[in-house]
Amino acid sequence: MAIGKVGGADYEPHGAGGDALLQRPAGYAGIASWLTTVDHKRLGILYILTSFMFMGFASIEAFLIRLQLLSPNNTLLSPDVYNQMFTMHGVTMVFLAIMPLGIGFANYMVPLQIGARDLAFPRLNAFGYWAYLAGGLFLYTSFFLGGAPDVGWFAYAPLTSLSNNPGLGTDFYMIGLFVGGIGTLVTAMNLIVTIVNMRAPGMTMMRVPVFTWLMLVTSFLIIFAFPPLTIALFQVIMDRSFGTLFYVPEAGAMPILWQHLFWIFGHPEVYIIILPAFGVISEIIPTFSRKPLFGYPVIILSGIFIGFMGFAVWTHHMFTTGLGPVVNTAFALTSFVIGIPTGVKVFNWLGTMWGGKIVFTTSMLYAVAFLVTFTLGGVTGIMLAVPPFDAQAQDSYFVVAHFHFVMGGGALLSFFAALFYWFPKMTGRMISERLGKISFWLLVPGFYVIFFPQHFLGLMGMPRRTQTYVEGIGLEIWNQVSTFGTFIMGAGMLLLAFAVLSAFRNGRPAGNDPWDGRTLEWSTTSPPPYYDFDRQPVVNDRDAHWVQKYPESVHGERVPESASLPYDAGGIHIPGASWYPFLAAVAMLPMSYGLLYNNWWVLGISLLGIVLATYGWALEGVGGKHIHIDHGGADHGRHREETDA
Amino acid sequence: MQVRRRLRRSLALAVLPPLAACDFGGPQSVLDPQGPIAQAQQDLFLWTYYLSWPVMILVVAVIAYSMWKFRAKSVEDAKALPHQTHGHTTLEIAWTLIPVVLVILVAVPTVRTLFATESTIAASQYTDDDVVIRATGYQWWFKFDYGDGVVTSSEMHIPVGRRVIVELDAADVLHSFWVPNLAGKRDMIPNQANQVWFSADRPGVFYGQCAELCLGAHAYMRFRVIASEEEDYRAWLASFRDAGATVQTVQADPQIERGRQLVAQKGCIACHTIDGYYADGTPVGGSEFPNLTNFGLRLTVATSMLDATPENVARWIRYPDAVKPGNRMPTLWTGDDPNAEEEVAAITAYLLSLGRDSGAATATLGETHGNR
Repeated sequence: MAIGKVGGADYEPHGAGGDALLQRPAGYAGIASWLTTVDHKRLGILYILTSFMFMGFASIEAFLIRLQLLSPNNTLLSPDVYNQMFTMHGVTMVFLAIMPLGIGFANYMVPLQIGARDLAFPRLNAFGYWAYLAGGLFLYTSFFLGGAPDVGWFAYAPLTSLSNNPGLGTDFYMIGLFVGGIGTLVTAMNLIVTIVNMRAPGMTMMRVPVFTWLMLVTSFLIIFAFPPLTIALFQVIMDRSFGTLFYVPEAGAMPILWQHLFWIFGHPEVYIIILPAFGVISEIIPTFSRKPLFGYPVIILSGIFIGFMGFAVWTHHMFTTGLGPVVNTAFALTSFVIGIPTGVKVFNWLGTMWGGKIVFTTSMLYAVAFLVTFTLGGVTGIMLAVPPFDAQAQDSYFVVAHFHFVMGGGALLSFFAALFYWFPKMTGRMISERLGKISFWLLVPGFYVIFFPQHFLGLMGMPRRTQTYVEGIGLEIWNQVSTFGTFIMGAGMLLLAFAVLSAFRNGRPAGNDPWDGRTLEWSTTSPPPYYDFDRQPVVNDRDAHWVQKYPESVHGERVPESASLPYDAGGIHIPGASWYPFLAAVAMLPMSYGLLYNNWWVLGISLLGIVLATYGWALEGVGGKHIHIDHGGADHGRHREETDA
Repeated sequence: MQVRRRLRRSLALAVLPPLAACDFGGPQSVLDPQGPIAQAQQDLFLWTYYLSWPVMILVVAVIAYSMWKFRAKSVEDAKALPHQTHGHTTLEIAWTLIPVVLVILVAVPTVRTLFATESTIAASQYTDDDVVIRATGYQWWFKFDYGDGVVTSSEMHIPVGRRVIVELDAADVLHSFWVPNLAGKRDMIPNQANQVWFSADRPGVFYGQCAELCLGAHAYMRFRVIASEEEDYRAWLASFRDAGATVQTVQADPQIERGRQLVAQKGCIACHTIDGYYADGTPVGGSEFPNLTNFGLRLTVATSMLDATPENVARWIRYPDAVKPGNRMPTLWTGDDPNAEEEVAAITAYLLSLGRDSGAATATLGETHGNR
């Protein structure tokens, strides 16, 4: 199979037509090429790097929180600063770190896994990333403009009303999440259109790789979950900037409304975070067990079921708000029901390992750590779904321990597994396994030292979101143990960062398929060429790449049909880079500040800018070029390009 | 009853080595129930806790066995492909049923306890035997209103054995009422009538704390529930009803008398009611700040952060922001004020004298201090 040696200096697209307002940048080097890129792989890398940057910020916040809790009545952080720290830690991890990590990996891998050239709407994809970055940066400027949000990541009304919280922090929260949410929404739509329409010939839905499948489910969750949040955010923005009374108790408002709207978003959000992680695990465990995923249809169906049920359990976050025993019973039962498909998934992963030939790479170690940690978090989840016990555990450190086990130990560990798994594909280089394993043995035990004792703290009556605790009720020792753990886990994270960063330059060359992978992304080069595949992959089995390598293991004597076709006469269409998505997203920054300071001129001009950028975007067309990869002959590996009419 | 409960608890801890090694009891512990509601909540926790052990053991054992048995011994070994199984329908149905059974085992007692402990009691169903208290959350303290002008802050007195119905309200933002030894949380929400009910099995002082973020001094928003025998409770209640307007009465002890005057001069009673009257004798309407009536009967000071010793009371009055950062009590003396010490001592003496001459003083303090 010929791999087109293209990229770099070879890349000579035509410029935009003479009538274009903005010259479409050409080439694949320089900052402009990154700002204007519409390539899903580059955007995926940007997403992942940005997520890790925000995760770094959140880790510093977490570290300060733990230092403050080292001893009773500690005064390292004032209550005010402490509130900002845990609010920003939560907001950052949920909205700016873990969720975009899943989206980043999806950006890079979904088109490769389904044999597509890019996402369906490449420019929209760019817009989604820049909107996410704009929302995140906007939120973080709050530290320099009068203080970060301090109302918790759930921002319960009426704590957010102007009279209770006159500072700008709450406005930063509301507007920042609103802007970031736009990016998330458009990316979700993009992924749905891509996965539904752009699968390679032969890839029926029941042959779609599990990661891609669960990203499809996740994208639907995003589409249905974000609107209630957006509405709630807007209500508070209206309250604070225009004097409406949605959440003003003095005017008779029922503040519980916010909790319903927030959690009808917030619980699906949990699955928006964890389903991509399930997908990652469902790729990694089969690869390193050298066996197909056990019970693929069950994994898919249980994923869909979890996504569906995710919208029917939101008030289990509100068991103590006095909704009454009937409501609490209903939502306790639906919450229990979610435990069933989740348990089935765990058993299926165990079934995949059973009877395999397990190769213990760092990636697999993280996946196994995920299995244990996530099961533990799931078990405490069932405990918390019991409303009478939840009355005791709600808003205590028991809950903190629980959701760090499922979000941190679950989602985050699986994304670390994904990082080791897909880094060679994305960069063509391997991360040092030795450093990786040392980091694993610091990071995961450190995680347990931090979070396991927090179950005890909760049971001993320590509420969360309190910047200190009194002496003499037994909370000292476990808080000290927990803080001690941050040093171990922190060392692991620093080592992990070092291992990854040094691998960019010094990593061993990876080759196309270092793990003997099963899915299509391993059939192209590492890193893939900008056009992804030089022949159109054709899929005739679930593990599309594996079946090409080991046809006899799957089909017995039968030899599968051809694995790829040449692209048709039109060649591969490569859309042109564009400034407009970047400009439209960047214009949301002054828009946000205009809304923040109630400066209607700035707001109006920015909105006009967004409209103009959208017009430019619509009128410039997709542009770009068609490339033809020549297979065989003297010109082997060369390609020719023709410009778009 | 008591013995059986203790037996059950020690049995539980004996079965579970990781928990048995440590003591998770304490005045604010979920695992030290002192009333039927907290007991039922703990029982459900322990039940799910037992059930979780076989699940964890199964999962970890299968993983450990697989890691040992099915690991690739070498590169060559890995290349010899294992059998490419895609699934096993019977097995998968079996392990779908395992969580189903577990969930049913949890769900049945859950629903039963839920209705037994969380059902709302309508006002028409209140009996004469019930103690009804209206609790209001403020930033950052709890007000307890017994009706008939009996209003306390941060300390709730209840009689042992009787059902206590607490009607919950919030004055500003959300708060949550939580006394782990007696009952789980119930949120206090503006414009929403919430209720929690429980009872105490024995006399004692139980710790409570606000469990919903309310900014500022949230971490210090603590309170105590003081459960005492019926007659002590009645004495305490009577002492409140009988409290004369001491704020108007000239006191015999010169230091206490000086304190009485200072409370008016320094403006304390601009916010704090003492016996329901301003210094000029006009009655105070609604009180949005802690009521200092019978302050001398208090066990604690500064939203139950400190024991009510003269030193602690003085420190709290002198340096409120150091004791409870973020709270709303003003600092009345500058650092170098030469009169500060004498004035603080006088106010402290006056406050601690309030209610001391009543019959409730010795009974309440003696009974409850003995327990912890």
